[in-house]
Amino acid sequence: MTDTSTMSREAGKGDESMTGLEGFETDQLKGFLKEMLLYRRFEEKAEEAYAIGKIGGFCHLHIGQEAVALGFIGPLRKDDYVITAYRDHTQALAKGVEANAVMAELYGRDSGAVRGKGGSMHIFDVEKGFMGGHGIVGAQVPLAAGLGFAIKYREEDRICVCFMGDAAVNQGAFHEALNMAAIWKLPVLFVVENNEYGMGTAFSRVSALPVKERAAGLGVPAHHVNAQDILATWTLVEELVEKIRAGEGPQYVDARTYRFKGHSMSDPVSGTYRSKDEVESKVKQEDPISLLRDRLFDAELLTEDELAEMDREVRAVVDEAADFAEEAPFPAREELYTHVYSEVNEHGRLFFDGRDREGED
Amino acid sequence: MQTITYREALNQALAEEMERDDTVFLMGEEVAEYDGAYKVSKGLLEKFGDRRVVDSPIAELGFAGLGVGAAMGGLRPVIEFMTFNFSILALDQVINSAAKTFYMTGGQLPVPMVFRGPTGAALQLSAQHSQACETWYVHAPGIKLVTPGTPADAKGLLKAAIRDNDPVAFMEGELLYNLKGEVPDVEDGDFVIPLGKADVKREGSDVSIITHGKMVHVALQAAKKLEKDGIDAEVLDLRSLRPLDVEAILATVHKTNRVVYLEEGWPYAGIGAQIAATIQEEAFDYLDAPILRVTQADVPMPYAKNLEQIAKPDADRVVRACNRVLYRNGSAD
Repeated sequence: MTDTSTMSREAGKGDESMTGLEGFETDQLKGFLKEMLLYRRFEEKAEEAYAIGKIGGFCHLHIGQEAVALGFIGPLRKDDYVITAYRDHTQALAKGVEANAVMAELYGRDSGAVRGKGGSMHIFDVEKGFMGGHGIVGAQVPLAAGLGFAIKYREEDRICVCFMGDAAVNQGAFHEALNMAAIWKLPVLFVVENNEYGMGTAFSRVSALPVKERAAGLGVPAHHVNAQDILATWTLVEELVEKIRAGEGPQYVDARTYRFKGHSMSDPVSGTYRSKDEVESKVKQEDPISLLRDRLFDAELLTEDELAEMDREVRAVVDEAADFAEEAPFPAREELYTHVYSEVNEHGRLFFDGRDREGED
Repeated sequence: MQTITYREALNQALAEEMERDDTVFLMGEEVAEYDGAYKVSKGLLEKFGDRRVVDSPIAELGFAGLGVGAAMGGLRPVIEFMTFNFSILALDQVINSAAKTFYMTGGQLPVPMVFRGPTGAALQLSAQHSQACETWYVHAPGIKLVTPGTPADAKGLLKAAIRDNDPVAFMEGELLYNLKGEVPDVEDGDFVIPLGKADVKREGSDVSIITHGKMVHVALQAAKKLEKDGIDAEVLDLRSLRPLDVEAILATVHKTNRVVYLEEGWPYAGIGAQIAATIQEEAFDYLDAPILRVTQADVPMPYAKNLEQIAKPDADRVVRACNRVLYRNGSAD
């Protein structure tokens, strides 16, 4: 979606799987739309910045999957934890990390969320309960169980939402972690962002069972949701969060979505593993932003002018983030050596690159 | 002073630290109802309950990762590996999560935790159950590594490791659990040995045997044999490999000018390789001979008793290495 005003207003119309707007306040619905627009514009700006070399390394965009971030994070409390994999920009925004800090991190600047030390894949903001940003497929799943363990240990009523891609369910870490979460009733909501492809491999080629059924043998209640539909997603998540907070143990959701862009910036949108037609038809029919927008138009809860104003406002936030990142300083040379250990012991040497010996560079 | 086993010393350290700090918990295979595969956690379940002494499934990657997550969430987990051999399954969480998180988060999120259990060869357990795992752990910046060789060191260092704000791998000797030794009495107050301080286990002036962990005892045997030959060997126990007491290493080199490094692991990129590099960089002019290393044979550990015996480093090989750095023909040759 590059220009909201030209998008098909027919998309999603008459889809009976959609829940109605009942139960949501108009302001809330407009808020959903604006929030998802912000994620979209943020990622488009990141894409642009990557193309001109402002952002390096790997950069995995969340375009098309916005309702997953909003639907699973929006209903949480501020003190709940969110942990995810490397496609993490919009989840960070959803958990309240400043757009400036996320963009500056992508630019590798000292003002970035993790001071330029992590980049796109490792956004963290511990104060906001955003626990990363993890680069090894499935590795965040045991970490989520650990955060859940810590919550339960202290008898708090917080919860942890753990995102993973569909490919993660084939990792041993996934099975080990869900098993422990189930036996100890840990307060974790496991969310599989099922965008149908692990990089370039269709999930159906690497799993005999659908995503939802992969948790079945572990004793974690499994659910399925069309996660292009923010309202259905939000409704389900509210219900699951309540159960988890009440001490019922972990839940698992197969959140069906679709990635409109390539796996990362170095990979084409379509090509050897999925056709241009497939992507185009998904973009046309299953864009979570257009789907909500059209329902609001149809219910006459939103005008074209309001939408245009919303878009102006989020673009201003994103432009400011890019300007902020552009002007932010790079980390100082000395920062190479900071934050390796949180406690430098009184005795003994911790580093072996000769940095502390005179006459060496 | 109390005379207790290495196992009891570890047990005391765990109990005292759990008593002291409610955020400390112990998790691992068989640690609770079974009292620990090596009985290190004996009685802790009874004392602290199943909230704090937790039997895990056999899932090293999973429960190591859970420990890292719990540390990220503000607890101080002690994760027991039944042996470090099995921890190879968990290395992703140890290296990629535990060791790197503080750096990757720009200093937001420390990971205060301990991974502990036995390392090194036991008796006829062959390739997969007999190996020294130190180098896997010491290689990555962000994690610390401690290898106590005596009951007193086991207690004092485990207490320090649990209190440290970084991930610490704490490698015990499988064959040391029954070893008795003097440890300060509990009534005499908190006994903590700071990480990064080596300990001269035997003073000597002719040659330095530098070592760590269980091999301290092999080094002391070798020193005894050398003594009969009129050679006065110093035994320096590093105790902690990261942080590393470079000052103590240089001091013994300055004193004897000859070094043999003794370790249970393989030679390639081993601990001795690092120590030799450090010494030649910082005390080259003090050396009167090349540094020699006594290590496990560069093969997976065999089962057959006779082969196992020659695969492992022993006192005679240390004596021969000492004689070579002294340029003399000893009685052991």
